[in-house]
Order: sequence, then C-alpha cells, then structure tokens
Amino acid sequence: MKKLLCLQNISVAYQQQNIVSDINFDLIEGDISCLLGPSGCGKTTVLRTIAGFEKPTAGSIKLKDRIISNPEYVVPPEKRKIGMVFQDFALFPHLSVEKNITFGLDKKNHQSNLQRCNELLRLINLTGMNDKYPHQLSGGQQQRVALARAMAPRPEILLLDEPFSSLDVELREQLAREVRQILKLENITAILVTHDQHEAFAMADKVGLINEGKLIQWDTPYNLYHKPATRFAADFIGQGEFIAGEYIGDNRIKTEIGIIKGDVPAQCKLGCKLDLLIRPDDIIHDDDSDFKLEIVERLFRGADFLYTLKLDSGGTLICIASSHHDHKLHEKLGVNFDVSHIVMFPQLNDSAG
Amino acid sequence: MTWYNSTMYDSAPATRTTFLSRFFSKITFDRWHITVLVIAFICALPILSVLSFVFRPTGEVWQHLADTVLTEYVINSLLLIIGVSFGTLTMGITTAWLTSVCRFPGRKVFQWMLLLPMALPAYIIAYTYTGMFDVAGPVQSGIRTWFDVSYGEYWFPEIRSVWGATSMLSLVLFPYVYLLARAAFLEQSVVALEASRSLGSGLWRSFFQVALPMARPAIITGLSLVLMETLADFGTVQYFGISTFTTGIFRTWFGLGDSTAAAQLSAILLIFVFFLITIERLSRKQARYHHVSNREKAYQRITLTGKKAWLATSACFLPLFFGFILPVIQLIVWAIETYEDMVDKEFISLVMNSLGLAVAAAILALVLALIMGYGQRLQKTPLIQFAVRVSSLGYAIPATVIAVGVMLPMAWLDNTLDSWMRVQFNYSTGLLFSGTLFALMFAYMVRFLAVSVGTVEAALGKIKLSMDDTARSLGLKPLQVLTLVHMPIMRRSLITAVLLVFVDVLKELPATLILRPFNFNTLAVKAYELASDERLADASTAALSIVLAGIIPVILLSQSINRGRS
Repeated sequence: MKKLLCLQNISVAYQQQNIVSDINFDLIEGDISCLLGPSGCGKTTVLRTIAGFEKPTAGSIKLKDRIISNPEYVVPPEKRKIGMVFQDFALFPHLSVEKNITFGLDKKNHQSNLQRCNELLRLINLTGMNDKYPHQLSGGQQQRVALARAMAPRPEILLLDEPFSSLDVELREQLAREVRQILKLENITAILVTHDQHEAFAMADKVGLINEGKLIQWDTPYNLYHKPATRFAADFIGQGEFIAGEYIGDNRIKTEIGIIKGDVPAQCKLGCKLDLLIRPDDIIHDDDSDFKLEIVERLFRGADFLYTLKLDSGGTLICIASSHHDHKLHEKLGVNFDVSHIVMFPQLNDSAG
Repeated sequence: MTWYNSTMYDSAPATRTTFLSRFFSKITFDRWHITVLVIAFICALPILSVLSFVFRPTGEVWQHLADTVLTEYVINSLLLIIGVSFGTLTMGITTAWLTSVCRFPGRKVFQWMLLLPMALPAYIIAYTYTGMFDVAGPVQSGIRTWFDVSYGEYWFPEIRSVWGATSMLSLVLFPYVYLLARAAFLEQSVVALEASRSLGSGLWRSFFQVALPMARPAIITGLSLVLMETLADFGTVQYFGISTFTTGIFRTWFGLGDSTAAAQLSAILLIFVFFLITIERLSRKQARYHHVSNREKAYQRITLTGKKAWLATSACFLPLFFGFILPVIQLIVWAIETYEDMVDKEFISLVMNSLGLAVAAAILALVLALIMGYGQRLQKTPLIQFAVRVSSLGYAIPATVIAVGVMLPMAWLDNTLDSWMRVQFNYSTGLLFSGTLFALMFAYMVRFLAVSVGTVEAALGKIKLSMDDTARSLGLKPLQVLTLVHMPIMRRSLITAVLLVFVDVLKELPATLILRPFNFNTLAVKAYELASDERLADASTAALSIVLAGIIPVILLSQSINRGRS
C-alpha cells in the first residue's frame, strides 16, 4: 500500500476566482479512483492540474515523494510521465493506429515499440488493426486506441477525462467494464473524471465526490452510497427522499412512517429535529402490509416498477416493486420498512441541533 | 517560463471584470508574447509612419496640391467608388441569385466560372481592352472599314476615361460580391423564402423583400472588399491617365520628390480605407446573426424555361465573357504573335525574379503566420489577439501607401546609420535598406500577411485543444506539438496559404514598382512598362503568365465551394 500521488490543499483560481479549493487526497498504487460531481464542479480542473496543464494557486502535488506542482513551479506536462485520455479521444487523424499508439515512445527503438504496440492491441482486442486510420474505427474502437496510446509509455498514473461520455449509452457500461479489466491487468493507477455515478461505481475503487470546487467525500462507492458525509452527497448519490423526524431518546426517532432506530448524530439532543434519507431499497413492497400509501406516479422500467408514493405530510417516497405488481395510479400500495442503517442529518433551521 | 498558466478552458467562469483589467491582468511577457508583439509592431510601422504625417506642418508642395489637383483626386475617387459599386452589385447579385436559386442551362459551370475574372489583375484587363477598343484597335478599325467612315466621323466611347476604369474594375471585382452574396443566399433558410411565397409574394417580391435584406450584411462585406481594391488600384488609373490618390502619391513622391506631401496624401487615403474597414467589420458581425441556416440541401431550385432560361444564361455569361474570356483570348492571340521575340533570356530572368520573390514572400509569410497563429493558441490573451488583428490590417491598405510607409522609416534608418558610421568610423554605409529586396519583402509582408494568418488561424481553429494536451502528456514540447501534430494535420491549409500569397505577390504592381531595387524587374512590372510604352502585344506573354498563376486561387476557391455543397 504505497502512496503514489498526494494532493495537499490544492486550489486553482482564474482571475482571483477559485475554481477548486483545498483539495486533499492520496492515491495508492494500483488503485482506480474517480472524481465524481455535477458538471462545472471543478473535477476536470483537478485532473488538468494533476496533468500539469493548470498551475495551482495554493498547495502542492507530490508524485512518488517528488513535488511536481506548487504555486512557484510546475513540471511541464511532457516531463511528468502522466498519461491522459480525453473526452473526445483526440486521436491524431493523420497517423495510423500503430503510429498513434507509439507516438509517445522513443522513436529509436522501432522493434520494441512495435512489440509494445501489438501487446496493447491484443489487450484492447484490436489485434491486426495497426494500419487503420482513426476515421476507419468505430467510437468504441477509437476510445480503446486512445487508452492504449496513453498506456504505451507506461505512465505512473493514467488520467481519464469523461472517457465514455461521447459514446452510446449501451456501449458505455460494457466499455467501462472492459477498461477496468485492462487497467487492472496492467496494474495501472488511474483517476477517472465523470458526472455519471454508475460509471464511477463500475470503475473505481475509491470515489471523490466534488461539489462547487470542494472535495465533499473521499471514500469507497459502498460508503458513499450508504454513509454519505453530507446532505449533498446523500442527495447526489442514488435515489431517495428526505422525511422529517424527531429524536425521542434511546437512539429512536419518531417519524410519520413510525419509530425508527438508528445512530443519531452525537450533537443531537432529545427533541432535536432530523431529516432522514429513505432510499428505495429501504422500502419493501408488501400487498399484505397495513401501511398503505397512495401512488402518485408510476414508471414502468421493464424489470420493475418505480412508484412514487405520497405521504400524509405531502412528502414523497420512492418504492421499487417487481414488474409483476402492476398497480394503478392513485391506488393505495402496501409497504414495509427495512431501515437498518439509516442516514440522517440535523434539520438546517433547527436551533436545537 | 510557463506556457500553460493562462490557457483558458471552458470550465473557467465568466468574470465581470472590465475590459482594461482583462487586457492587462494576464500578461506574462514570455517569448511568445514578445515575438508576436514585435511582428505586429513591425507590420504596423508603415501605417503608423504614414499616419504620423497627418500632424506635420504642410509644405509648399502640399499647398500646391491642395490648390490644383486635390479636388480632382477626391472627385475621381468618389466617381470610381460609385460606379464600381453600381457595376459590381448589379453583376454580383444577379449572378449570385440566379446560380443559387434557379435552374437554367449552364448553371453548374457558371457557379465556379464566375470566379475566373478574379484571376485578371485590373491593370492587365485595362490595357487588353485598350488594345481592342482604341482608335487603332480591331473594333474601331472594323467599324471604319465596314461603314467606310474615318476617325472623328463616328461616335465611340473613349476607353481611357473614368467610366472605362469603372468598367474594368467592375468586371474583375464583381466576383467578390458574387461569392459572398451567393454564400448568403445559400445559407438562408429555405423556409423564409418559401414562407414568403406561400404568403402570396411572387418570386420578384420575395427576392426584394426577403432574400436581399437577409443577405445584405454579406453583400456589404463583399462590396467593402471591392471598394478597398478600387481605392488601392494603381495600374488601371495610371494607365488610363486618371488622377486619383494612388497616382497622386506616386507622382508627388517621384515627380515632385516631396515625401512629406506624398505621406500626407497617403494619410487622407487611409481615412477612406479605415472607413471601409469599419463598415466591413460591422457588417461581418451582423452577418453572423443573420445566418440562421438550414443548409441548402433542401433548396428546391426554380426551373427556368424558354425565354427566361435564355435570359438567365446570358446574364451569367456576359460578365464572364467580358470579364475573362474575351480579354484572355486577346492575350492569347497577342502572345502567339509575339512570344518568339519575347521569350528570351530577359524573359527567363523576369520569371525567375518573380518566382523567387513570390516563393520567398510566401514562405516567410507562412512562418510568420504560424508564429502568430500558434502564439495566439498558446496564449489567448486580449493583447495577443489585438496584435494578430493589427498584423492583418495590411490587406486593406493600398500597396502604394504601404510602399510610402516602408520607404519613410527605411530612409530614416539608412540616413541615421550612415551619418553615425561616418562620424564614428569615417565610413559611409550608403543605402542599406531602402531600394533593396529587403524593403520590398517588408512591404509584401505588411500587405499579405493577413492572407496567410487568416488561413492558418482557420486551420488551427479546427484542431481540438485536446490534441495539444494529448501530445504534451505524451512527452512533446510546445514547439514539437506545432511541427509534429499541427502542421501535418493542416498540411492542405498550409499549402493553400503559401499558394495564395505566392499569387498575390506575383500580381502585385505598385509596391513592386516603387520599392524594387534599380534594374530589378518582375513579370508584373514588365507587363506594365511594356503596356505603358504602347507595346500592348509585347506585354501579353508576361501578362498571360500572371493570369495563369492567378487561376490557381480561383481553382482552390471553387473546390471549397463544391466541397461545401456535398
């Protein structure tokens, strides 16, 4: 478990305006991590700063204990041994697949370059495509060539900037799996930037959630979903709705769907108001249940139904039911609750909290 | 030095800073800034030195000019502007409208052939027509033989007149209007025109009420280019003996030997030109908002039949015939008669001089344009963008003015250097810069850099910024990115840039005439000199060579037209 890359208090600003501020995280060798966040949150800026295209206004970046970026000095991108794959692939249109892949290699070792190229082509399942040109390839093939090109010089770290966003939705999941496999096979340390949480979960060992230029949480995908650190994280990751509750002591919270047990935040005193995150997987559809709620929206998704249920207080909950349970709109749906590890936050305007 | 600290990407927020603070906030004076600024300053030097004369006290010669010929210059220039506007608009818009919305015999051929008149420099068409329509020419001789009359007994328009010059300039310049109007008509939404017709307007009304107003910004852009060329024309008016600013500047400098007065005349001409530049810029801006395009593919052309089809065909054929076919045939006839005498050692050296100059200028312009374009890509600061615009200003400035503007600082430099050397080392350097190829090359750069900068800028703009970043992350230095990635990708555009400047230099007359070293001749100068000596037929070989070269950019243009259509 060796630390390969260290970001310490990184801030980047344009014209005195911070794009990202105070970003800290470490990268362990061989790990695939992901920067996740809504568009415009600054995740790409972090990536470009790691690559050396942007200069930090504060903080430093260390690669293998060597400082490669700080406000005084930035090692130029061509001298960092950090590979990058771009959203639009940026394959050189005037060069063949082989020339593209060997672009970053020392031109003198023709034989070993060819060997490396063929090895990578086998890895990305494009054996024998050496002499094709980028325009003769499909989107998915171009994407894999771009990956091979970035991997060819054996970079210390591979950066991938929204690598799947210009591809068809069906292609994306398949490629994300394939790319993860390739990276793991070559034991490459990589950072992926995306706004798509499914992509992040499919690819990454560690996910960094970024919002408005700040790193909200750096954690495993499982923890990010089940133990979101902030209200934003809870909202952004996965589906779910907040319902109001009141702490009645002994780790019990009174809500309109009943008394719920859970770990109440330490600062919470008796009687303090809380918001509880109810995810669809906390709600189990049960026609025999006495607890019934009105269906206000139904969405057929093939394998299942997504029902939006109305609470008496006016709030809503989301329930996923098997495809065979076809209920009409405004019908009452019976549900049970399985709230074993509930996520809760003190209410924003609650002075007791 | 860092290259990348101020690269702007779309993730950067739009800040509400004032223009000035934006202008200066990001300046890091690295080598790109310095190089680009130096090139821009050198390009602006001739214009600045001419403008500096506006505030000099006027001399005796100026007083004389103002009393005698200045009014004539202004009136003649205005007459030319009005006449050429009328001529180019009529021919340009008619042909553009017909070829873009109608179907008639020959439309496809006319589409690109109508650009051919651009290949003829105005001074060449002027003396060709003089040869044909002059008293001794075949047309008037024919009239005299046929009707058995002698000179003076019949009326025939005098070609060496303001209207003659107007016709000559209109015939070779209307393609500018044609080109831009046509593009505008094609980019207009089909729907607008069809809506107008479905609302009950006929084709004519639809044209005047919908199509023409929508194309107006583009047409004005084309017209301002035409008028810049008109004001810049020297060869035609000089040959026809019409006094305008360009001939006046030439005469004041060489005839009266008064550089101050020549510079002051140039400055007045520049005011006209800046007025045109402003109009052009404004209408270009407007044109962007007017093009709500739906692409032309859906354009259902209106098929013309019978008399209408014939009218359309002739409306396109006549400008082409008089603007290209007829004069070129005449040139070919003359060349066949005279080439044996004309193609000799001297002619070979003319060709070598012209080619050498043109090749050198084209390559130098390309190198400078690459520096400007790539510098601008690396450092997109307002200062660099301003510098690039300044360096491209020369395309609008008459070559006569540029020549004066080049001579002034060069002469100053020579005199200063000479007297300093004499004082310090008792050695006279004489004229090191003025009257050398260096001065000529300088003028060409000022005048034509815009052509190559424009081409390089457009080509670089099409290459995504991620290409640069990829190449950098794979280990290339910024200059290697230019040579190993950008230049191979834009190879075609680079060749185009070289060709365009090459042809422009080959055709260039007034600056070459003024700045060339003693006894150094080019094809253009020789053709002009022979024509001035009334050796029209002898001038044809040189002229025809220039025209042939001039066809190259026309082919390039017509290719891009066809590519745009597929």
